[in-house]
Parts: sequence; C-alpha cells; structure tokens
Amino acid sequence: MRKHYEVVIGLEVHVQLTTNTKIFCGCSTAFGSSPNSQTCPVCLGLPGALPVLNRQVVENAIKAGLATNCQIAPRSIFARKNYFYPDLPKGYQISQFELPICEHGHLDIETEGQGERGGHQTIGITRIHMEEDAGKLLHSDDPTTGSRVDLNRACTPLLEVVSEPDMRSSDEAIAYLKKLHQIVMYLGICDGNLEEGSFRCDANVSVRPWGQEELGTRAELKNINSFRFIKEGIEYEIDRQIELIEDGGEVVQETRLYDSNTGMTRSMRGKEEAHDYRYFPDPDLVPLIIDNDWIETVRGILPELPEPKKARFMADYSLSAHNTDILTAEKALADYFDACARQHKDAKACANWVMGDVQRRRNDEGISVAEIPVTPELLVGMLERIADKTISGKIAKTVFEEMWTSGKSADAIIDEKGLKQVTDTGAIEKMVDDVIAANPGQAQEFSEGKDKLLGFFVGQVMKASKGKANPGMVNELLCKKLRG
Amino acid sequence: MKITRAEVEKVARLSRLALGDDELDALTGQLDAILGHVEQLNELDTDGIVPMAHAVPLENAFRADEVKPSLGSEKALQNAPNPVDGCFGVPKVIE
Repeated sequence: MRKHYEVVIGLEVHVQLTTNTKIFCGCSTAFGSSPNSQTCPVCLGLPGALPVLNRQVVENAIKAGLATNCQIAPRSIFARKNYFYPDLPKGYQISQFELPICEHGHLDIETEGQGERGGHQTIGITRIHMEEDAGKLLHSDDPTTGSRVDLNRACTPLLEVVSEPDMRSSDEAIAYLKKLHQIVMYLGICDGNLEEGSFRCDANVSVRPWGQEELGTRAELKNINSFRFIKEGIEYEIDRQIELIEDGGEVVQETRLYDSNTGMTRSMRGKEEAHDYRYFPDPDLVPLIIDNDWIETVRGILPELPEPKKARFMADYSLSAHNTDILTAEKALADYFDACARQHKDAKACANWVMGDVQRRRNDEGISVAEIPVTPELLVGMLERIADKTISGKIAKTVFEEMWTSGKSADAIIDEKGLKQVTDTGAIEKMVDDVIAANPGQAQEFSEGKDKLLGFFVGQVMKASKGKANPGMVNELLCKKLRG
Repeated sequence: MKITRAEVEKVARLSRLALGDDELDALTGQLDAILGHVEQLNELDTDGIVPMAHAVPLENAFRADEVKPSLGSEKALQNAPNPVDGCFGVPKVIE
C-alpha cells in the first residue's frame, strides 16, 4: 500500500544548552543534584521574581542559527505560553512565539540512493527559538501515593529547532537529526545525550496520496529518546495512518506516544484543550536586539563545522569521502586525527590507525576521545618509527598496546623490549639460510613451482626473528635463495 | 458584547479556576467593560507603527552566565502544602 502514498515528516528538536546557569536565573544547571536544591524565586515561579536573560543562551542560539544557515533576527521578543501542568510552576512557559531569534535556515543531508529521493536533500529550518524547560515529575510505583515535582530542571535553557515538513522518509528524518546533533555537538552548546533528554525529538508525521498538494492530517510523536526508536516510531505511524485511510477512516490530529516495548504508538488523550496556549509578549522581559557586530563576533568564534572540515580533510589529506565521514562524525575524534595528521606526513597511516586500533581500543573500554591514553603525539611517535622502518606494522601493534597501557613513548618501548627491526642483511641472511636448511622438503616443492609456500617461509623467518626482521628484506632474500 | 459567558468559562477552565454562576456573571460583565474600554484604541490610526512588546523603552537586559547561590530545597519547600522527600507533593499525574 505504501507506494500509493507520500510520507511527509517535520521535526521539532529540543536542544538543551550546556550553560552553567539557567536561562533566566543564576541557579546551576548541573545534573544529578538532590531535588529542588538548585532553585530560586525565579525558577520556582514565586510572585514578584524577575527573570533576567542569560547572555550566553543568546550567543549559543546565534551560533546554532549561523551553523544552520538561518537569518538572525535583529529584534526578537519573549512570550508566555500558558498551560496548566504540575511541572510548570508559573502556569506558563517563557518561550518565543512571534519574532523568534532565528528563521529561514536549512541543512543539507545525504541518504542512501534510492529512486528520486536518494542522495542529497535540502531540509528547511523554519525557526529556532529560545525557551525554558519545565521541571521533572516523579511518579511512584505505589498507585495510592501522588506524584512529586523536582524543579531543578525548571528554567534550564532550551533551543527549539523547527524544521519544514521537508522529509519524505524515516531515513531522511534520521539523517537530518544526526546532522543537527553533529552540529550542536561541534558547536559545543549541547552534550547531545538522547537518553538523558539533552536532545529531544518530536516528529510530525502525515501521509497523502501521491500528487495531492494539500498535506494530510498529522500526528505528533512525542519525546522519543533514541535515533532507532524515532525511526521505528515513524515507521509504525506511517503504516498506521495508511491502513486507517485505506479502511475508510480518517487520521485525527493528536499527540501520540511511542512505546519502545511494543514498537507501537498510542494516543495521549485529553490534551486537546492544552493546545490553547494564549501566547502574549512577556512583560517581564525586554526586547532582544542583536546587531551585526554581535553576529559577526559570534561568527568569528564558530569552530570549523563538519562540512568544511570534511572538505579540508579530503583536500589536504587525500582521504576518501567514506573515511572522512567516519573521522568527522565526532568533533573530538576529528580533532584527534587532525592533530596526528598535522605532525605526520603519512595522513593515510594516521587515518588507518585512528579508525582502526585507536577506535577499537576506545570502544573496548567505552571511553571518550579525551580519555584516550595514547595522545596524538605518542601515536605520531610510533608512526614515525614505522615510516623509518625501525619497526614493522606488525610489531607496531605490540608497541601500540604497550603505549596504551603504560603511557610510555614508542621509542622507550622499542628500546626496553628490544623491538627494533633487524635490517642487517647479514643477520637476516643467516636466519633465511637456517630456515631453508631446516625445511628441505618445502624448499624442494617451492622450486618445483609451489609458490604459495613462500608465505610459510616468510612466517618461519619472522618467527625466528621474533617478528623483528624487516619483512620486505626477508621476502627478497628468500626468493633469491629458494629460486637459486 | 465583547466577550461571552462561554468564553469566560473557557478561560477560567484553562486557568483551573472554579467559578460559581454568580461569579461568572459578574466577571463576564466586568471583562466586557474592560474590553470595551481598551477597544477605544481602535479609533487611533496605527498604520506604520511597530507593535510594542514592552511598556518600558529598554532592551537587552542580560546577566552573565555565572552561578549564584540557590535557595536550597528546604527553603524552596518551606511554604509547600505537601513536601515529600525534598519534592513538591502533587496529586497523581497520569501521562
């Protein structure tokens, strides 16, 4: 049935900003403190308290706007979004409605090539606005007791990034989300943790028969906390809506929750009235004026973003698009690789080690890039010894492991363990002679044309040298001697 | 009438205000009078005037991103009718 329908998806993402303090008061935003310990009259919503805007929040919003090709509004204002809920102490959320800080942006995404919609797409960003988060409701397992409210999170700064309904599949939605996630991580304005709710996504999903101009009625999927669940939730919703329409039914505009246990979405009833938000300008907050100087100052401190970084890695280091994608996915890893490649002439070797052994060891231990014990300097020290043939690539694996556990330099390890590659022709020749003498049968077969036995001989010589013989020289000498 | 009794009822419900019939009648009359008073502004020619968002001619009031002492949970909960484990106890909320 799917082929008769076009899927339309728009996304709203809440990005929790990593400022030291809340958006309108000086309370700390540190995670995990005891309930209500980080509250004050402003975030408790006590009468007479005056919210004052955190300048860093504005700066982070400008960064996000510039990085997503938005126009930064010269004048924007805050509004009260009125609704009643126990986690919202003031009875309204301070947000932006008319005149948000950023508008008219876009992100470019890539998806696997499939038909007309494969490959490159541009996804419009309608707006980005600043707002405060609500508190946290804690529910007890005991059905007879009430709920509890912790207001530590109340007034934590959020950016809401609203896309145009430009995505046509769950793959495009995920590609857009990952791109946005990568950008806020690069900007260093969000810790990016989906499980803890630092990067939350609501998906508006609708379907319409092909060729129909008008959008179908949408359902809004709320707060799904992993990329995989977002994809599954959207997929379920597409099927549900198409089935409903095919059976002669109608999609109802509503909020639905995705249940990761059942893989289904279900209606959140009774919230219809809550959508009457009665927005009006907040008289507690004065208009925000952003001049060009401020915008240009922020532009000047933007870090290199993923796309330019990719282009530079491909151009300067002659890396493939695929490898560049892997290396730039995470800013910290890109910086690690960059630091290596700046110091060592063989960028491909750097890339291979970073994507290979460094990442493997890092995943084994589940650590962040900052915690990698082998610094770029240490890694480069070892790569230099491979390049000048002091050690072979195989011995390097041992050296790397030792660097990882001891933190010593490659040179120190090579010295201590006597791992220096044997390049003395005389010494290698002796080992080659010994191995041939010890294996007359195989030598005979080789001379009769069984070429693949060369590997056996190389292995024997390397073993005799404890891996330290230069493999190239071993190969060369063996061929010479065996072929007579 | 600038506002109907049904609209007043609706706004009261959204604000979780329980109003009796007498109060609804009284408030409908009062709100109607207030709106009528404010409506006089419509007589002015406002073409080309930027909508005002604030009554004070001020802009860009900021604070630096520096942590200031919080109240602490004890004080925060001091006037709460039902403190539970350092939290505000509220009726059970079902999602």
